[in-house]
Amino acid sequence: MILHRDDDPTRRPTLVETGDFHEVTDIITIPAETKPTSTWVILLLMSLSLLSVMIGMIGYLFWEGTGVWGVNIPVGWGWAIVNFVWWIGIGHAGTLISAILFLFRQRWRTAINRFSEAMTIFAVMCAGIFPGIHVGRIWVIYWVFPIPNSMGVWPNFRSPLLWDVFAVSTYFTVSLLFWYMGLIPDLATFRDRATTKVRGFVLAIFALGWRGSARHWQNYERAYLILAAISTPLVLSVHSIVSFDFAVSKVPGWHTTIFPPYFVAGAVFSGFALVETLLLIARQVFGLHKVVRMHHLDNMNKFMLLTGSLVGYAYGMELFIAWYSGNMYERFAFYNRALGEFWWSYWIMVSCNVIAPQLFWFKKIRFNIPIMFIITILINIGMWFERFVIVITLHADFLPSSWGYYRPTWVDIWTYIGTFGLFGTFFLLFLKYLPQLAIAEVKGVMPEASPHFGDDHHAPAGASAKGH
Amino acid sequence: MEKTISDVKPKVFGVLAQFATPKDVYHAAEKVRDKGYKKWDVHSPFPIHGIDGAMGLGDSRMGWIALFMAMAGCFGGFGLQYWINMFAQPVVIGGKPLNPYPAFVPVSFEPGILFTAFGCIIGMLVLNGLPRWYHALFTSQNFKKFSDNGFFICIEARDPRFKLDETRKLLEDIGGRNIEVVED
Repeated sequence: MILHRDDDPTRRPTLVETGDFHEVTDIITIPAETKPTSTWVILLLMSLSLLSVMIGMIGYLFWEGTGVWGVNIPVGWGWAIVNFVWWIGIGHAGTLISAILFLFRQRWRTAINRFSEAMTIFAVMCAGIFPGIHVGRIWVIYWVFPIPNSMGVWPNFRSPLLWDVFAVSTYFTVSLLFWYMGLIPDLATFRDRATTKVRGFVLAIFALGWRGSARHWQNYERAYLILAAISTPLVLSVHSIVSFDFAVSKVPGWHTTIFPPYFVAGAVFSGFALVETLLLIARQVFGLHKVVRMHHLDNMNKFMLLTGSLVGYAYGMELFIAWYSGNMYERFAFYNRALGEFWWSYWIMVSCNVIAPQLFWFKKIRFNIPIMFIITILINIGMWFERFVIVITLHADFLPSSWGYYRPTWVDIWTYIGTFGLFGTFFLLFLKYLPQLAIAEVKGVMPEASPHFGDDHHAPAGASAKGH
Repeated sequence: MEKTISDVKPKVFGVLAQFATPKDVYHAAEKVRDKGYKKWDVHSPFPIHGIDGAMGLGDSRMGWIALFMAMAGCFGGFGLQYWINMFAQPVVIGGKPLNPYPAFVPVSFEPGILFTAFGCIIGMLVLNGLPRWYHALFTSQNFKKFSDNGFFICIEARDPRFKLDETRKLLEDIGGRNIEVVED
């Protein structure tokens, strides 16, 4: 393996561009302590209006029933499931960054983990709404949980849809706990800097009396390690189980063994894209250039190149197996995807997901902020269309007599747009009131944090701040 | 006679000393450890690599809590499904056996993860005696720097080797600054 520059402990890593712990505290806490900017207030108001649109749409849906959506027979899943899979896929980058990269000791993750964990939680909230409101009879939604009842009826544990309930709710809870645990030391930092009584009081509650004790850090670090270790199989299991919703059915184009890895790769792909989109904005708005460096963005672009190529491989393999299987239904499903009535969605998917990320082979593009911003947006559009292509396979099922076209209604469209309001509201509140970056962790990866800093006879750290 | 507030003498909690860098506090901790103190602690804005060794701490017990919770979650999840399918509501669906155990894997795995996560965070807090609202150290203004750029050692009065003057002298000798006596 090639040793990256950052692995050499004697050189100032490109991770953090300062050697002063206090400066790191300042960079991260000051945005939360100053008055909100007018841009932030305007964005929050926009998000809140979209959020109220979403609530209105859901209210209308509950009042009228799922007939207000464009779903029909055979396209019984429609936009709701497309949006569900899209949002939950986005959520996967957060846990990947916080857990898998932690286990692999990828220290560059400290600049982006808090951010992407927050994104995960809010994305999973958006995702969870859709299957919930899709059930039709919302007043008996509790039937999905194994709650003793007077009817003596229990859920069917042999159904992937029920596995999904457990997977998604576990995923949300574990992500939230992981996120909060990471926040505790940073909330203590906020608490100790609080200037008003109310702020100090509220933060003191959430910081749980943290006092940075080494005995506490020991248990804390071990607990964090275990959480990372269990979140790694969790993140892989969640999207695998989401893919079982499709793969366990007997619908041509869905009933394939490639689905779990293909879904997981796609999830990470879209998640990284959205993390980068948001990170580029926040970096600009809050001036995080000293801690979110080109090196981080470069690494994320490489991740997108890798997962994008995996996704492209999966598309190719699906086509190959459809042909190679000799099964006429399977062949038709893929022929119909690429050349049928919904051909346009298939080719949007291919150009955004397969072609666009290939540009990241070029170093110049990996270091060009406007271009990478556009590519991340394209990837998110492409990944939405991937789920659309999969769900819409239903429109031409076994019986040609039931074939038809699927169109979303205005309620479908506004519910989806409204979820951006939910996401945006929470995300903006997070950006303003909580530490956007993991303060303790960023300090921990600075060479000055080592108890052996300056012990060796090499050039002192700090001499090679050139970096990127 | 009844005691009034002014009669209660403030109890000494311990002696607090600040150090400039992680390196300083690390080497100071080694010296405090070698003096044989037991009831003392290092406070830092981030975990210092190897500080548990420098303090002579044992291993964390978190792993056992996590293992127990993982087992409880997995077996609980599997047991719930098995009981429902075999006893509470034995219904044949799709001609499949009543106990199709491979289908029970996801809902055994997920509660295992869920329970472990709760075990980790609650276990961590319980082992650390958190959450707590009040702690003597919070009375020190200087101590607030622990979450920014301050590195502290606090030797507590309940340590059998604690003698105010001697302990204060020790902390001075090993490079402590801003030494103060914290009262409870």
